[in-house]
Amino acid sequence: MTAPSVEGVALRHRLAERGLDRTLLLLLPAAVFVAGLFLYPFLYGLQLSFQPQDGGGVFANYAEFFRDGYLRDTIATTLWLGVPAALGNVAASVPLAYRMRGRFRGKRLLTTVLVVPITLGTVLTAEGLLTFLGPTGWFNRVLLGLGLVDEPVRLTHNYWGVLFSLIITGFPFAFLLTLSYLTGIDPSLESAAATLGAGWWQRFRFVTFPLLVPGLAITFCLSFVLAFSVFPSAILVGEPSGGTRVISIAAYHAAFEEYDYSMGSAIAMIMGVVELLVIALVLGWRATLYRGSTGGKG
Amino acid sequence: MTRTAWRPGTWVVWGTVAFFLIFVGGVVGSVVVNSFAVRWFDTWLPDGWTTRWYGASWSDFDLPSVLLVTFQVSVLVVAISLLTGVPASYALARREFPGKRALTLLFLLPIMIPPVTYGIPLATVLYKFHLAGTLAGVVLANLVPSIPFVILVMTPFIEQIDPRIEAAARMCGAPTRAVLGRVLAPLLVPGMLAAGILVLVRTVGMFELTFLTAGPDSETLVVALYYSVSAAGIRAQQQVDAMAVVYTMSMLVLLVIALRFVNPTQLVTQIKERPGT
Repeated sequence: MTAPSVEGVALRHRLAERGLDRTLLLLLPAAVFVAGLFLYPFLYGLQLSFQPQDGGGVFANYAEFFRDGYLRDTIATTLWLGVPAALGNVAASVPLAYRMRGRFRGKRLLTTVLVVPITLGTVLTAEGLLTFLGPTGWFNRVLLGLGLVDEPVRLTHNYWGVLFSLIITGFPFAFLLTLSYLTGIDPSLESAAATLGAGWWQRFRFVTFPLLVPGLAITFCLSFVLAFSVFPSAILVGEPSGGTRVISIAAYHAAFEEYDYSMGSAIAMIMGVVELLVIALVLGWRATLYRGSTGGKG
Repeated sequence: MTRTAWRPGTWVVWGTVAFFLIFVGGVVGSVVVNSFAVRWFDTWLPDGWTTRWYGASWSDFDLPSVLLVTFQVSVLVVAISLLTGVPASYALARREFPGKRALTLLFLLPIMIPPVTYGIPLATVLYKFHLAGTLAGVVLANLVPSIPFVILVMTPFIEQIDPRIEAAARMCGAPTRAVLGRVLAPLLVPGMLAAGILVLVRTVGMFELTFLTAGPDSETLVVALYYSVSAAGIRAQQQVDAMAVVYTMSMLVLLVIALRFVNPTQLVTQIKERPGT
């Protein structure tokens, strides 16, 4: 700050009236970090993706991606894993959270137990699934013992193994979010509906559920981000060169195994665009819903 | 909810929970049992029991130095993200200014975009500046989701602190330093503790970014674990499992500590602060 001349003071006052004062300097460190470590690399990657290593025009990488079936199909593979996993996790957490929204004994314990899978981490989940669901694992032993199947079911090193690992790591997260949205809905609304003679299904369908849907949309988006970036489990329990070759594997492979950073960046950009498209669709749909007060907190 | 009738729906719900928990229990149990097994092939339980895999993984994987790196990375990430994130959340919570929505969006994007998407360009940039493969590079990469996360947690937290408390302190003649140190700081500590612990849990568990930027001397526990699994055949499976158990136990301790400070239902206020809400 220079010596406060008359104009300087006046300018500062005018700026302060529009909300610009020295408090905003507090934003600077965080903004610099995010701009330098997120925005700059992102833009750098974007321009790098337009400079193909093998030449062939600005869009060569993108053209190559959509021409090569082995690369193009990774989008479908990723969506085919991410969307069912996210949808399933959200759908399963709604009835559970609905049952657990009130107060009851042992609620904190049950919540903690349900949250524990977050700590398992990808590798333990993958290792555990390989052992547990493997041909000689406990799961197949039980099925064989009960006479439900004649030979071991193959659930690892294919689509199902990856889906299971996404459910184990993603469900607790979806459940926590859904539960917190549900407890934010004013319970007196439901009591009012009950007074008017609504049964439990009507109360859920016409009172609680409409208020919950916007929250579910956000929960779906966050679960989808988690499931979409599936990487380690697709390699460890999946079939990384075939059925579960997801787009992040393709990007990693291009960038760090073929050392074609340009192609790797292009695939990463495509991955971001696809993911943001899905999220934009969901959020656009969410914008058409009732989003007023739910009477509770938040 | 004073009376709960046991309808069929209730049974389905609790049945699903039970199935999920048995499934998870089976997954965890398999790993734990295998990590103590002498040999375990086509039987219900292993032939014999031993603890030598834990000792072996301790020395073979150089676990002490991996743990040290993990500790250094997470402490640095927590400290830097709190130091930068908390002031920023204060400004976001207290001021309206032109461009606030754009800035909020910039702070939210790193959380909404999968780590691999920005991790690959970020790793490329870090290689360009010769930072990839070093501890500094890993810390920088992990800051990308952590700073926005702190802002996301702290902004609603600061919003609910009454600004009149600061005004009152100023009116009583407190200089800025005293307002910050003796009025705001004590009020902020619970929120900072919660945010810090959540960032710690996330950083210890963050695989993608660390994997993309780490070198041989800057691997954290998750990445070391991943390499030991994907290089299967070199190590005994039990040894890998022993290390996975060590990892999970440390994560579990962190999560239990976190749940003591953070009420899971607080999550809703963070999420509802997203733009467009």
